[in-house]
Amino acid sequence: MRIPLSWLREFAQVPADATAEDVMAELVKVGFEEEAVHRPTDALRGPVVVGQVLSLEKEPQSNGKTINWCQVRVVPEGQEQTLSGDGIDPSGVQGIICGAHNFVEGDKVVVTLPGAVLPGDFHISARKTYGHLSAGMIASVRELGIGEDHDGILVLSKIGLDPEVGTDAMELLGLYDQAAEINVTPDRGYAFSIRGVAREYAHATGTVFTDPASAVQAPAALSGGYGVKINDDAPIYGKPGADRFVARTVHGVDATRPTPPWMSSRLRLAGIRSISLPVDISNYVMLELGQPLHFYDQDKLSGEIVVRRAVPGEKLKTLDGKERTLDAEDLLITDDSGPIGVAGVMGGASTEVSDATSTILIEAAHFEEVSIARSRRRHKLPSEASKRFERGVDWHVAGVAAQRAVDLLVELAGGTAASEGTDVGTAPDAVTVQLPAAFAADRIGIDFSEEQIVTSLEDLGAVVRKTGAGSGLVYEVTAPSWRNDLETKEDLSEEIARLVGYDKIPATLPVAPPGRGLSRVQQQRRRLVQALADAGLTEVLAYPFVTKAANDTFGVAAEGAESRALKLANPISEEHGFLRTSILPGLIEVAKRNHSRGFRDLALFETGLVFLPGEKLGTASVPPLGVKPADEVLDALYDGVPDQPLHLAAVFTGHDSPAAAAHSPRPWDWADALDIARLAGDVLGVEIQVSQGHHQAFHPGRAAQLSLRSGEVVGYAGELHPKLLAAHDMPARSVALELNADALFEAAADVIVARHISSYPVATQDVALVVPQEVPADDVLSALREGAGELLEDVALFDVYAGKGIEDGKKSLAFSLRFRAADRTLTAEEASAAREGAVAAAAERFGAVQR
Amino acid sequence: MTETLPGAAIPNPLDEAAITAAVDQAAAAIAAASTLDELKAVRLAHTGEKSALSLANREIGGLPKEQKAAAGKLMGASRGRVNKALADRTAELEAENDARILVEETVDVTAGPRRRRAGARHPLSTLQDRVADIFVGMGWEIAEGPEVESEWFNFDALNFKPDHPAREMQDTFFVEPPEAHLLMRTHTSPVQVRSMLERDLPIYVLCPGKVFRTDELDATHTPVFHQFEGLAIDKKLSMADLRGTLEHFARQMFGDEAQIRLRPNYFPFTEPSAELDIWHPGAKGGPRWIEWGGCGMVNPSVLRAAGIDPDIYSGFAFGMGIERTLMFRNEVGDMRDMIEGDVRFSEHFGMEI
Repeated sequence: MRIPLSWLREFAQVPADATAEDVMAELVKVGFEEEAVHRPTDALRGPVVVGQVLSLEKEPQSNGKTINWCQVRVVPEGQEQTLSGDGIDPSGVQGIICGAHNFVEGDKVVVTLPGAVLPGDFHISARKTYGHLSAGMIASVRELGIGEDHDGILVLSKIGLDPEVGTDAMELLGLYDQAAEINVTPDRGYAFSIRGVAREYAHATGTVFTDPASAVQAPAALSGGYGVKINDDAPIYGKPGADRFVARTVHGVDATRPTPPWMSSRLRLAGIRSISLPVDISNYVMLELGQPLHFYDQDKLSGEIVVRRAVPGEKLKTLDGKERTLDAEDLLITDDSGPIGVAGVMGGASTEVSDATSTILIEAAHFEEVSIARSRRRHKLPSEASKRFERGVDWHVAGVAAQRAVDLLVELAGGTAASEGTDVGTAPDAVTVQLPAAFAADRIGIDFSEEQIVTSLEDLGAVVRKTGAGSGLVYEVTAPSWRNDLETKEDLSEEIARLVGYDKIPATLPVAPPGRGLSRVQQQRRRLVQALADAGLTEVLAYPFVTKAANDTFGVAAEGAESRALKLANPISEEHGFLRTSILPGLIEVAKRNHSRGFRDLALFETGLVFLPGEKLGTASVPPLGVKPADEVLDALYDGVPDQPLHLAAVFTGHDSPAAAAHSPRPWDWADALDIARLAGDVLGVEIQVSQGHHQAFHPGRAAQLSLRSGEVVGYAGELHPKLLAAHDMPARSVALELNADALFEAAADVIVARHISSYPVATQDVALVVPQEVPADDVLSALREGAGELLEDVALFDVYAGKGIEDGKKSLAFSLRFRAADRTLTAEEASAAREGAVAAAAERFGAVQR
Repeated sequence: MTETLPGAAIPNPLDEAAITAAVDQAAAAIAAASTLDELKAVRLAHTGEKSALSLANREIGGLPKEQKAAAGKLMGASRGRVNKALADRTAELEAENDARILVEETVDVTAGPRRRRAGARHPLSTLQDRVADIFVGMGWEIAEGPEVESEWFNFDALNFKPDHPAREMQDTFFVEPPEAHLLMRTHTSPVQVRSMLERDLPIYVLCPGKVFRTDELDATHTPVFHQFEGLAIDKKLSMADLRGTLEHFARQMFGDEAQIRLRPNYFPFTEPSAELDIWHPGAKGGPRWIEWGGCGMVNPSVLRAAGIDPDIYSGFAFGMGIERTLMFRNEVGDMRDMIEGDVRFSEHFGMEI
């Protein structure tokens, strides 16, 4: 909301020298955030004066244009020029070249004299042009920054002005005024008016407020006016769509009269373009009082006005020229011809006021918030009117606003007010809130006095009655009609605190009961993230929005299968309209971005949620506000939220370290991805089992499937598929891993039982086994472990060999076995026997032959 | 170098002068040896089988018995002197040699390569941990929840009326199909609702996490960002307790000089509501108030939605953006730096903030 200071001053005691900044500094105390300052003089400086064109010589130019060489009087005849400086003619008459042709000798115009600065940092000076010394400029509204019209210069008589020559034109056009723009929170519809903000300014400064509504002499009752019926047969939430409709008629209006500068300048500062006198008046009254108005050309109306819901499929051509198909929930203004407006949102074209209009019917109605909000959203028609109705308008101000519009149409448009009028509807019951005496003090933490409470509430416009006494004292507070947001004792507490000042609230530190610290999962997650960073990987946070193709590639192992993924109804980019089922697509994007910036050796990781919709998706309905849903309803809400496990993923490209003198960086390979996956298991105390993996995103021969002891598959690690890398313009041999971190957390042991540490000597034996190529080394290792028995302390694969000396299709695996007993030194025979047992198991299971 | 040449006269092992001359000759040659190789040649020449002293020594066997002792003594002492000189010179030359090798092995340490890559945490993640630690230190617990939420948890339970402008101002991402009433949470407040439903009273929880709004990415906006929200539900909590908690937190975060300011504001889920500003003495461009977040006393309608009796319990809640905190605390000028994943951004922070 923009507040022109001159307007605010009419109703609040704003110091004469106060700036928009000063006003905002006061308003922020009562809860209106500062947005911006609008001040024409920030871009426009005088001298800018009223001049009269004494003579005008048309001089055709070689380029085909004709320019006017004008003599313009800028000081009243007989008076002396008091200005001085370069280009100011002491005679009081300036010679000026002007290219516009919409004026004649004798016209009064706006002259920007040498020394003036116009918006766009345009400095006016006397300069030679077209063979003359042009000492100033005759300005258009656009050059002055007060309008768009650039077809010609501003002729003052056209806007109804006939000021004295030499008058300060900036004063005349309201250009010394300024506006403070504040943010109005959605609960405070009343503050979308000068009336509401002036009251708040008075609260903030402790000064006197004059209600603009009280300055209007509206008749106590109206009758005999234009016929209006409210006929809502489908109220939303049981509330009628309209509960007041005031209609007033003004005859003999001249709609073509210019809007006076004081009005257009205030509208402009308030951010509203001047259109025509009737439209400007309706906007002016709305800004001043907060009541949206609609003007009809009464002669275009046919029969009685009926406010009703639409018949599905009904059509209306709105003021913006668009034909709209109406919904059964739309509240309409209709006459015998059908719909003539969507109530509170936008009027219809057929009854629009035009230059030819002479009888205006003013509508000042009170529409229900939800109905307006839905129609506005449905038809995508945000308007100044709907903005106010959605937030709530003062029921009682409708008659006042209609009268104010009547008065302005009479005063400015030459109209005559009809003595009859219409006012139908019923006022809603005023809300009375019981505020126990100590409540606000308890809730805010300030020991408010009775006087502070009563004065604050009365300053708001509330009526306060006291009942009970002592600890049973209760204030019965009836909120003013413009404050539809004051419904509970908490609302009133805020108002008291706000007016007394939030800065008066003391600080006390409540002591929480003994806590349990971070949960186990929270600790596990921290350990995991830190371990990966410590291992040399860089943490990044990518967006979870991905393409369908990305989910279909990374989110499911089997090629051709579609991943079940959630789709956004209103994504920022349609292409990236799906929620990730894998972290990898985002990481690959990040890797590519780094590549493009010259960083090719990367080890990136992210931990984040992935979205895995199951069969159940959401709930068909949403329980109402302010009530705890029944257990089964709550259960359904919980169940309807899709699975969102925490995943960990990493991508490696290029080399493991920067190239340097005397150092050869090692290219990342599939084993690095596997190693980091295993490290993740290690730091959580979870054994990750590795088997040959098949996942469409990975190299078919260089990927490991990662699982838990239970057999649950928790992820993949290895080299990304060469085709996929090529398609993504990623370096060949890039490797990656992805793990379900939540599954790892869950698999971690609760309590780790200590193992006996034997101090007896170790017996080490090596064995080389020849097995078929396709037998996984890890399986052989497991067989050895099982066959060796409990004397085996550890076994490790230390060499893999195929080639000369080994039969085709076979390979030799060399293992080192470490034996130790808990209670004695092993003999060579015992160790050898255990080794034979191990070899026998491998021979039995895989046909392994000792080399 | 050696003057004992083949065919030279063999000195008499009883001729002390001749033997001493041979010893002196040897000593001079040993001293003159400047490398271990030269010394080896000297040793062969003066102690080898064909050296004057060895040959003289061999002569002892042919001497009359009574002369053997004197000759043996003379030769023993003489050869001992030569051997000692050899040993001493060997030690000297070896020490010199060792020292020279060490000098030769000198490297330019300033050219040392980095063999291990330093990893890094994302500063938003580190900052989130730090905030959590401060509250855990106050006895609070950390609560988390899903990022795709039921509309009820995100709006209705938090007293957002279905058609109220406040609901629209949240710029929500909705999940298809609309009939399922699922959305990307627009704040971490649904975690507050879950906490109230799931935990025993009193409740003191901090809810950090990722949230989503339909803003295009630019220098100050991002559709995905992080928040931390706090919720305390207890008997007799007031706005003074809220202020005290925020003040304590601000001082932990920004130092003892930190101050906070509350300004009236509106949120559907709190009443009274306030905007929270923090005094930033070290702000770029001079000390100033910076908008940090929102807060207020939990609206009774929210308590009722979670089955808590507002006549017995009251509570306060607050919420701040982690990106915003990082922006003014660590002078990050552009939101995009936090989003794009440029390794230089995270690596500059390392493991700390």
